[in-house]
Amino acid sequence: MLRYIIKRLLWMIPVVVGVVCIIFFLSVITPGDPVTSLVGADAPPEVREAMREKLGLNDPIYIQFVNYTVKIITRGDFGNSYITGQPVFGELMTRFPVTLKLTIASVIVALILSVPLGVVSAVKRNSWIDNASMALSLMGVSIPQFWLGLMTLLLFAVKLHLLPASGIAGISGWVLPVLMIGVGNMGNFARTTRASMLEVIQQDYIRTARAKGQTEAAVIIRHGLRNALIPIVANVGNIIGISLGGAVIAESIFSLSGVGQYMLNAINARNWPSVQGGIIMLAIAFSIIMLIMDLLYAAIDPRLKSEFRSKGRLFAKRKQKVA
Amino acid sequence: MAKLYTPAMAKIDKKKAKLKGRIQKTSPGREAWKRLRRNKLAIGGLVILGILVLIAIFANYIAPEGIDNQVLTRTLQTPSTQHLMGTDNFGRDIFSRVIYGTRISLPVGFICTFLAFAFGGVLGSIAAFYGGRADNLIMRFMDIFQSIPPLLMAIAIAASLGNGVLNLVLAISLSTTPGRSRVIRAAILTVKSNDYIESARAIGASSARQLLKYMLPNAMGPILTNFTFGVAAAILTVSSMSYIGLGITAPTPEWGSMLSSSKELMRVAPYTLYFPGLMIMITVLAINLFGDGLRDALDPRLK
Repeated sequence: MLRYIIKRLLWMIPVVVGVVCIIFFLSVITPGDPVTSLVGADAPPEVREAMREKLGLNDPIYIQFVNYTVKIITRGDFGNSYITGQPVFGELMTRFPVTLKLTIASVIVALILSVPLGVVSAVKRNSWIDNASMALSLMGVSIPQFWLGLMTLLLFAVKLHLLPASGIAGISGWVLPVLMIGVGNMGNFARTTRASMLEVIQQDYIRTARAKGQTEAAVIIRHGLRNALIPIVANVGNIIGISLGGAVIAESIFSLSGVGQYMLNAINARNWPSVQGGIIMLAIAFSIIMLIMDLLYAAIDPRLKSEFRSKGRLFAKRKQKVA
Repeated sequence: MAKLYTPAMAKIDKKKAKLKGRIQKTSPGREAWKRLRRNKLAIGGLVILGILVLIAIFANYIAPEGIDNQVLTRTLQTPSTQHLMGTDNFGRDIFSRVIYGTRISLPVGFICTFLAFAFGGVLGSIAAFYGGRADNLIMRFMDIFQSIPPLLMAIAIAASLGNGVLNLVLAISLSTTPGRSRVIRAAILTVKSNDYIESARAIGASSARQLLKYMLPNAMGPILTNFTFGVAAAILTVSSMSYIGLGITAPTPEWGSMLSSSKELMRVAPYTLYFPGLMIMITVLAINLFGDGLRDALDPRLK
């Protein structure tokens, strides 16, 4: 197991370098000169040249890339915002918790609400509760997130005045954004849970559990759900990725000052260091979450665990038996 | 190769021709279609989809007005018999714009998915076919690519390329390529160890022939299902990207971009927000219904 963890941790290094590389490549192909954005189009040539030198734009491209990567990895230095002149890293750090909280909350709320629903749907297959929850789940994955956000905003904030239209001053401000991202997640989780549970309850070990006189609840939860959970956990990482994207849009609809809104504003202002910083930061956060999910996955899936439980010992034991 | 056609075979063919119409030929595709036909929801989805395609083809006959017919004397009218979905702040008939929107969302969603499967298909099938080092290299590269969540990747690409349909298509298809390559790789790996692949290799089929003639057709089930869901997801992404201003921009009547320009009107004319969103939802719902049916029909074990 330790070997797996170390292997997985070391894998983070190429991932981070790779992500920085992709974003750097995108910044190279971006049309427009960053110098113009900084000093204005009609600045004298010597000012422009000084700025180019300061930004390191006169260096060969690979030197620029190495400098860029080293700065990010060693100091978290994404450069300064073209607009405010402040370091992007600091600006991102104040906004990052909002995005992370929004993403995690929407995933957790969705898990709590939809996994039981998926289990009930699978156990009581083709009942009204199955049909209703699957119809709702299908709606959940088919509705455009931003439209759901706009519609709930219209209904609960503009028409009924029940919830605030923007900001996250109190807990009530979180309800609509979390709902907006969470509904799609719910549909997704409920559908995966049902499919996975249906597969599991047809297995022989479920029949065995029933045959040895376990209560139905124990059969479903201890023998069924524990096994059905494996594909669900595998899906959680994906859903977190989708939710991070959703959070970007939710922040723009509900005017929450998270990384997403910061990035979208930066895109409109052609403020590239902020855009790149935001994407790299979210990608690294996502990779760390994926790492945690993978370790969790390894912990609950005994097959993976046994694969990495040092193989040498297994052979040694067998040899002893032969002897 | 010379064809051996014996009189006995000719006799059988004659018999077959006689019995045509009475004997049902069967193939996996036909069997799947039979199962799909029994699934009312899937057929419902297919019918809605068919209607949407017809609307897209005949949009210029259905829509009472053009897409950018600005009449400033009739701005922000609520839905009426004259303007089924009302008019927007430029006095344009929203119904006409929504109808023309089918001409954008459906093909763009389809093309994005198709390209993602084409890129991903090449990478995924090379990885699955050759295995070993090629597989490791390609899939690790995809891992890195995938550590940027798809929508963020699409935003990053679209932001650096700029607005426009072509850039949007490129952004969405590239950002979903890793996921698709995984699907194709997994699908090919499941059929790779079959005996018929070995016999194809034994009779000297080239790599390309093994892959295209024997592996891909047999791995088509999960790929088709995933493709259908992919189109639905792509349509949602296209509209989200246009909504945040990184895709198709006004005055093109893309549903997401229509919602984007209507969001300021939420307090004065909320009805401008209803219909484009509803259309996205109906389209995606229809595709997902069909996809669900397709999955159950192609893999009856799961049902």
